[in-house]
Amino acid sequence: MALDLTTAWALLLAFAVFVYVVLDGFDLGLGILYPFFPEKQDRDLMMNSVAPVWDGNETWLVLGGGGLFAAFPLAYAIILPATYPLIIAMLLALVFRGVAFEFRWRSVGMFSRRTWDLAFMGGSTVAALAQGMTLGTLLQGITVEGRAYAGGWWDWLTPFTLLCGASVVVGYALLGACWLNLKTEGEIQERARWLARIAGLVTVGGIVAVSAATPFLETAYFERWLVWPGILEVAIVPVLVAVLTLWLARALTFGKGPDWLPLVLALGLFLLCFAGLGVSMWPYVIPPSVTLQEAAAPEKSQMFMFVGAVVLVPIILAYTAYAYWVFRGKMKLGEGYH
Amino acid sequence: MDTFLGLDATLLARIQFGFTVSFHFIFPAISIGLASYLAVLNGLYLWTKDAAYRDVFNFWVKIFAIAFGMGVVSGIVMSYQFGTNWSVFSDLAGPVVGPLMAYEVLTAFFLEAGFLGIMLFGREKVGPGLHMFATAMVAVGTAISATWILSVNSWMQTPQGFGVNADGQFIPEDWWAIVFTPSFPYRLAHTLTAAYLTTAFIVGGVGGWQLLRGRVHNAAARRMFSMAMWMIVVTAPLQVMVGHEHGLNTLEHQPVKIAAMEGHFHSHEDGAPLILFGLPDQEAGEMRYELSIPHLSSVIFGLGWNGAMEGLDVVPDEEEPPVAVIFWSFRVMVGLGFLMVGAGLWGLVSRWRGNLYASPWLWRAMVAMGPSGLVAVIAGWITTEVGRQPYVVYNQLRTADAVSPLGASAVGWSLIAFIVIYFAVFGAGVLYILRLMHREPDLGEPDVDAEPGPTRAAGITPQQQFDRGRSAPAE
Repeated sequence: MALDLTTAWALLLAFAVFVYVVLDGFDLGLGILYPFFPEKQDRDLMMNSVAPVWDGNETWLVLGGGGLFAAFPLAYAIILPATYPLIIAMLLALVFRGVAFEFRWRSVGMFSRRTWDLAFMGGSTVAALAQGMTLGTLLQGITVEGRAYAGGWWDWLTPFTLLCGASVVVGYALLGACWLNLKTEGEIQERARWLARIAGLVTVGGIVAVSAATPFLETAYFERWLVWPGILEVAIVPVLVAVLTLWLARALTFGKGPDWLPLVLALGLFLLCFAGLGVSMWPYVIPPSVTLQEAAAPEKSQMFMFVGAVVLVPIILAYTAYAYWVFRGKMKLGEGYH
Repeated sequence: MDTFLGLDATLLARIQFGFTVSFHFIFPAISIGLASYLAVLNGLYLWTKDAAYRDVFNFWVKIFAIAFGMGVVSGIVMSYQFGTNWSVFSDLAGPVVGPLMAYEVLTAFFLEAGFLGIMLFGREKVGPGLHMFATAMVAVGTAISATWILSVNSWMQTPQGFGVNADGQFIPEDWWAIVFTPSFPYRLAHTLTAAYLTTAFIVGGVGGWQLLRGRVHNAAARRMFSMAMWMIVVTAPLQVMVGHEHGLNTLEHQPVKIAAMEGHFHSHEDGAPLILFGLPDQEAGEMRYELSIPHLSSVIFGLGWNGAMEGLDVVPDEEEPPVAVIFWSFRVMVGLGFLMVGAGLWGLVSRWRGNLYASPWLWRAMVAMGPSGLVAVIAGWITTEVGRQPYVVYNQLRTADAVSPLGASAVGWSLIAFIVIYFAVFGAGVLYILRLMHREPDLGEPDVDAEPGPTRAAGITPQQQFDRGRSAPAE
C-alpha cells in the first residue's frame, strides 16, 4: 500500500468522517437520550452544553460529503442514489434537530416547546439510524453497472442494515451519556453514568453482532478476517475492543478517574470499529464493485484540493479546539450556560 | 414513461432542486448581509462607545442566530443533493466543481460555524477584542462562502479550462481559468450587492415598522432605520449598474439567455426593441400583445441605435429555454430594482429636509418593501438558472442527461416531504423571526451573555422577558 495521492485522500476523508463521529456523535446522542431526561431544566442544560458548537460539528458531515464528491466523484454518484431514502431521511432529520436549538426557546402557538423537544429527539435518532443503515448498505455491497447504481430500491432495508443502524443509535447514545458525565455533576451526572453503562453494554453487543455478521457478507471479508495467517494481524482489533470494553466498564461502574475518561474510551471503541471497517473494505470504496482507484478524481483535482486541505485542516482543528476551550468546564443547573 | 402525478423523474428532480435551493438561498441572502452589518455595528460600538449601536446589534443578533441556523440545515441538504438527485452530473463534473465546493467547506463553513458560538455566547468569556474578531470572522466566512459557490455556478454557466476524458468526465486543465470564468466577477458582485441590499431593506422595513409603532424616541429604532436608508441609497443604484454590466457579460457569453430575458423571438438586424410587457407564446415563437419601445434594447446593450441582436430563432427549438418564466422573473427583478432606487432617493430627500423620523408614508413604504430584496433575489436566480436550460453545464451537458437513475415515485415522495417539512419548519422559523422584529429594541440591554435566567441559548432572552405585557409565557 504505497501512499499515493488517492490513498492519502482516502485517509483524509476517513479522518473527516471520524472527526464527524467524534464531534456530532455525542451531539446527536444527547437528542437520543432526551426521553430519559423529561425535566425541562435538564433538557435546557443538555442542549446548552452543545449550543455553541453544534453547527461546527455538523460541518464535518458536509466535509465528508463534499470531500467524497471532490476526491471520489464516482463513489459519491453511486452511493447516494443507492441509499436515496436513507440520505433524504437523514437530511430532513438534521433539519428538525438543527432548528430545535433556536426554536425551542422561541416556541409559541401551535408549535410548543414540546414540539421542538420532540423534533430534537426524533431528528437526532433518525439521523443516527440513517447514518448507521447507510454504512450497513455500503458494507453489505452495492450493485453497480457501468458508472451507475443498478440495484433495487429497497436494497438498503435488510436485517443487517437495521442492525448497523440500531448499533449506531445506541453507540451515539453512549457518547452522549459520556459527554454528560463530563459536562455535568450531581443527579444528572449520576443518571448519565447509569445510562452510559446500559448503552455501553448494548453498544458492545452491537459491535459483536455486526462483526460476527460481516465476514459472511462477502467472501473477501471472510478471507480478510478469518483465514490463517492473516487472522493473527487483524485479531488485534477485537482484542483491543475487549480491553477498552473492560476499562470503560470499570470507569463507569466505580466512577474513579477523571470525568473525561469514559468519553475517551468510548471514542476509542468507535475508532476501533472504524479500523475494522477499513480492514473489511480496503481497497474498495464501494464493495464489491468499485475500488478507491477506480472512483478517484484525476490527479489534478485531488492535488488542487490536497494542498489546501493540508494547510487548512490543522487551522480548522485549532480554532475548533479553541471554541471548545472557551466553553469548557461543568455546566451548572439553574445557572444556564453562562 | 415512468411518472409521478404526471411528472417525469427529471422534472421532479428539477422542481426539488429549485425548491430546496430557493428556500435555502433566502437564509444566506440574509445572513451574508446581516453578518457584515453586525460586524459593522459591533465595530462602531467599540469605537464610538455609542450604546445605540450595541442595542441595534443585540436586537439583530438574535434574528441572525435563527436565520443562520436555518441556513446551515437547509445547506447540508444542498451539499448532498448533487449526489442523490444529480448523480450523473456529480460523476462527470465532480472533478471540476467538487474541489471548489470542498474549498468552500474548508475556508468558509468551518470559519463561520467555528466562530459563531463565540460571537453569540462569548462576549463575556473572551472579552470585546476577541469577540469582535469572532464577529468579523463570521462575516468574512459568509463572503468567502459566496465566492466559492458562485465560482461553481459561474463555471456551470460559462465553462472553461477543462478537457473531457474517455469516461466523459470533465477534467480540470487550468484551475485559474476554472475559478475565474468570464461570468464570475459579475455574478459575484451582483449577488453580494444583492445580499447587502436585501438586508438593508429588511432592516429598513423593521426600522419603519418600529417607528410606525410609535417608537420614534427609541434610539435603536431610529439608528437602524437611518443606517438602512443610507445603505439603500448607495447600494440600490450600484446594483442597477452592476446588474447592467452582468447583462452585457451575459449577452457576450449566453446570448440565448438574453434573447429569452428580452422576449426576442426574432432576430433584429437594425435595432432591437425593448419589450416592456407582452405574453410570450413559445409554441408559436411570438410575443403577443407586445408593448415595446423601438431600438431601446440595442441601445441599452451598447450596440447603438441600429445594433443587430440575435433572437431565439437562431437556435433550434430544443435549445430554447422556457421563455415565459425567464421573461417574467427578469421583469420582476428589474422592476423591484428601480423601486429600490426610488425608495433610496425618497429617504435621501426626507433626510435632507430633516424629516426622516417624521415621515409615516416613507416608513409604510419601507415596511411594504421589506421583503422586496428577497423576492428580487429569487427572481434573479430563476432568470439565470432557467435561462441556461436545457443545459446544466452550458453547451456541454444537458440537464436531462445529468439526473440520477431514480424512479419518479422516489423523487416524487421526497419532493412532497421537502415541501411539507420546509413549509412547516421554516414557516415556524419565519414566525419566530417576525415576532423578534416586532418587539421594541431594548435600550441599554445588557450584553447578550450577561443576562440572567436559566433558559438561554444563542443570545436568547427568555420568553417571559421579551413578552412583557403578555400575561403568561407561551409555554
